[in-house]
Amino acid sequence: MSGISPMIGAGIASGVQVVAVGVGGPMLVGAMRKVRCRLEGRVGPPILQPLVDIRKLFRKQRLRPDQATWIFPLAPVALVATVAVAAVITPLATTRPALGSGSDLFVLVYLLLVGSTLLALAGLDAGTAFGGMGSSRAVTIGALAEPALLVTILALSATAHSSNLPAIVRATLGDPGSVATPQRLFALGSLLIVIVAESGRLPVDNPATHLELTMVHEAMILEYAGPDLALVTVGEAMRLTLLLGVFVNLVAPWGVATTTHVSAIAIGLGALGAKVAVVGVVLAVFEVSMAKVRLFRIPELLAGAFVLALLGVVSGLVVR
Amino acid sequence: MTDGTLIVAGAALGLGAGVSGAALPRRFRVTAAATLVWGACALEAAAAVHVLATGHPIVLRSAELLPFTGVDLVLNPLGALFVLLVAIVAVPATLHGIGYAQHGSATRSATCVFPIFVTTLLLVPSAGSVATFMVLWELMALTSLVLVLVDHGRSQAAQSAAAWYAVFTQGGAALILVGLLVLAAHANGQSFAAIAHHARHLAPAVRGLVFVVVLVGFGSKAGVVPFHVWLPKAHPEAPSPVSALMSGAMVALGVYGIVLVGDDLLGGGPVWWWLVVLGLGGASALFGSLHAASSTDLKRLLAYSTTDNIGLALLALGASGLFEATRHPLLASLGLVAALVLVLNHAAFKGALFLSAGSVQVATGTRDLDQLGGLLRRMPQTGALFLVAAAAITALPPLNGFIGEWLLFQALLHGAASGNTASDIAVPLAVAAMALTAGLTVVAFVKAVGIGFLGRPRSEAADGAVEVPITMRLAVGLLVGACIVLGVIPTLVFPAVERAVKTALPGVGTALLAHGVDVQLVGLRGVLAPATLAGTMTVAVLVVLMLRRVLAHQPAPRVVEAWGCGRQLQTARMQYTATSFAEPVQRVFDDVLRPVQDLDVSHVAESRYYIEAATFHNAVDDGIERGLYRPVIGAVRRWGQAARALQPGSVHRYLGYGLGALVLMLAALAMIA
Repeated sequence: MSGISPMIGAGIASGVQVVAVGVGGPMLVGAMRKVRCRLEGRVGPPILQPLVDIRKLFRKQRLRPDQATWIFPLAPVALVATVAVAAVITPLATTRPALGSGSDLFVLVYLLLVGSTLLALAGLDAGTAFGGMGSSRAVTIGALAEPALLVTILALSATAHSSNLPAIVRATLGDPGSVATPQRLFALGSLLIVIVAESGRLPVDNPATHLELTMVHEAMILEYAGPDLALVTVGEAMRLTLLLGVFVNLVAPWGVATTTHVSAIAIGLGALGAKVAVVGVVLAVFEVSMAKVRLFRIPELLAGAFVLALLGVVSGLVVR
Repeated sequence: MTDGTLIVAGAALGLGAGVSGAALPRRFRVTAAATLVWGACALEAAAAVHVLATGHPIVLRSAELLPFTGVDLVLNPLGALFVLLVAIVAVPATLHGIGYAQHGSATRSATCVFPIFVTTLLLVPSAGSVATFMVLWELMALTSLVLVLVDHGRSQAAQSAAAWYAVFTQGGAALILVGLLVLAAHANGQSFAAIAHHARHLAPAVRGLVFVVVLVGFGSKAGVVPFHVWLPKAHPEAPSPVSALMSGAMVALGVYGIVLVGDDLLGGGPVWWWLVVLGLGGASALFGSLHAASSTDLKRLLAYSTTDNIGLALLALGASGLFEATRHPLLASLGLVAALVLVLNHAAFKGALFLSAGSVQVATGTRDLDQLGGLLRRMPQTGALFLVAAAAITALPPLNGFIGEWLLFQALLHGAASGNTASDIAVPLAVAAMALTAGLTVVAFVKAVGIGFLGRPRSEAADGAVEVPITMRLAVGLLVGACIVLGVIPTLVFPAVERAVKTALPGVGTALLAHGVDVQLVGLRGVLAPATLAGTMTVAVLVVLMLRRVLAHQPAPRVVEAWGCGRQLQTARMQYTATSFAEPVQRVFDDVLRPVQDLDVSHVAESRYYIEAATFHNAVDDGIERGLYRPVIGAVRRWGQAARALQPGSVHRYLGYGLGALVLMLAALAMIA
């Protein structure tokens, strides 16, 4: 298939990435649930259960609270759409995705912010107490995660002298030693904490909780039902997968395709799936051994992440 | 000299607008003045576009117009960019003012002074000498002061706000005058060209002192911490078109002043200058965004967010100066581009936000978010426009706020590796400040939109709100359109910004290249494709909408009551309010914000287990005002009280004072002689 033009190849590769994230996301969530259940001594639902649930939700009727405006149905759509765009431009299976020259870590962060901001607005749209509570907490956590996130990007960008994600991944492939520098390790530690916080996993938020007073994300989306809820669920799973995909390609980029050949992309996809699954399982094991922290202890956790990121930048300067 | 004629004709039209606003009968004066103001904006903008297109400054001199000094007008590309910025805000603000005037503020003084305020805003960037600059600057300050007081009959707060504003604007102007006079004295001439020529040979100590003095002067106009305290007082009390102009355009001229003196006149300076600017910028950004996140008054929130945005621009400006001082001309150029783009974008979205806040105030009579709610259903167009402007200020792609933040981040990112100790320490901290600011801005504007425009109305006034007249919506729409255009096709203005940068920093290269609609950093690895991103996002939304339609078995939604934990009736009081929404942020940052909280519980007489009534009071006042200025005001007041003992009303005592003073002066003269 070397005859096709690089642009079309990149387009196909990006399409594959979107589908992989869209289908793989719910499967990752299912796998993490399964691991948790087994460790807790339960059988647990099948790994494909989230996909089945989503299919079920699409068959239900759409509901709309009487006070809600057009923001309420728009937010899930925007969430899925922006994560999908992020999956198009991010180097997940290949370092040459479509529009890769504009694939900037900074752009990625703000692209994902579109979906979470609209969801926070949708939480306030129905005019209930829980929605407001959820979105108030969600935006606060998001605001506190931001410094750690951007300073992490600063540390990660040092190797490639650019915040362009494909360039960083390619630079890492060309210089494998850069993975083990203190700079990169501190930054990746910080990134992992931020990913956990942004995707609402333990110990920041408990996705399985149904106790309203401790909910953050679940309270925010309490009013969603049917197909809209299905979109929110898919969007959240996609976001987790995408962020973990970025993480694994920064930790260990090996296996990722550097061309747009079909075979290379297939290998890249397999490697990506394996790596993300490993990290997902590790996170799940971690979650079992961990309780949710109090809401007002989260700032300390995120401040810790920020300090790690800053250490990353500083150690980069010292080592230089 | 047709280009010079444009400037003069524009100024004449602006003054004519002021006269007609004062002289014409009530029925015509608002529209007549507005039309003439548009004419003035169009002519000045045409001159500015001409300067930006050719790169040649327009020079005008009239020896007769101002006694002793004459008037010098030099419109260079840097000034021209700011003239354009003013015009971009002034045209919609005037249009909005037509509708706004029907609701009270069409007094003769307002319609007379508003055009003069706009005209001075348009002319300040073309001042070419110290005298001309100061005269225009003072006219701008005085006219805006009158406009803050327009509604003084309706609110006590306006009078207090005007007093604060007067102190800061006059104090700032005095400092600017001192700084410029020192430069002029050394240059043996008061034209900016002569000053720029001689300033390089000044002693470093003098240059440093002048820079700091002028920085404080312009900083007080730009709303930089700790000189920002007038903003959250004056912006809310002024009529909304005036707030839009003050926040979008006048505050931007403070930044213009710093660029003018720091880069253009003094020709850059040592590292410490710019570290001061960086520090002020970071502090302003954090302090402003934190207070914006915890404000419950819509216009106060916007005023604090102005401090935040100007802080970001100063971060970029400080970084630019820092890189220039450490010999990285390319990065310096990129930093200044970022600063100017940030200010330009701020004018567009903050203008739109203040104007829509004015529309809300007209429709509901309040700007207290805790009294609003449900406005998106009642004022669909104003609400949607406010939402887009809020998304722009939160830097969501593909709107203009994002472009500015991206440029700032790229300047800092590449500066981090520039190998200088000062920038090594300053840059990561600047990135952190910028990031926390961005996060808090999300909190502030999710709150503004979510509490103000969504949910159930929290008062009868909000429940009965109706959409404002078409002119007011159109005015906001123009600015929101600018936000979208500047976000999707920023390459439209980059050549102009580059020209302005080259005026301020001669000798630096071009920082940005436009590849069609993409933006590429020159010499650095960074590409932004805003139009492609916008296109991809639109396509993705359409695809997902289609998927939802195909996959969902029953696409039409059923309207149901929201879940209230089994309670039958949901009321507006069960929702989160602006206060409760900001509570987590307030609690996390309570060391900085120091909220004053008061909970009063009265129990039923029969049993302490039952509560009869509870009142909760929460106030976040400005810590800098409380800690820095209140003690000073208190001291002045105490001195004043103490001095009353000197005035008992006895003529004999006063004659005695006169005699004593005379004797003292004679003694002093004798000693000197």
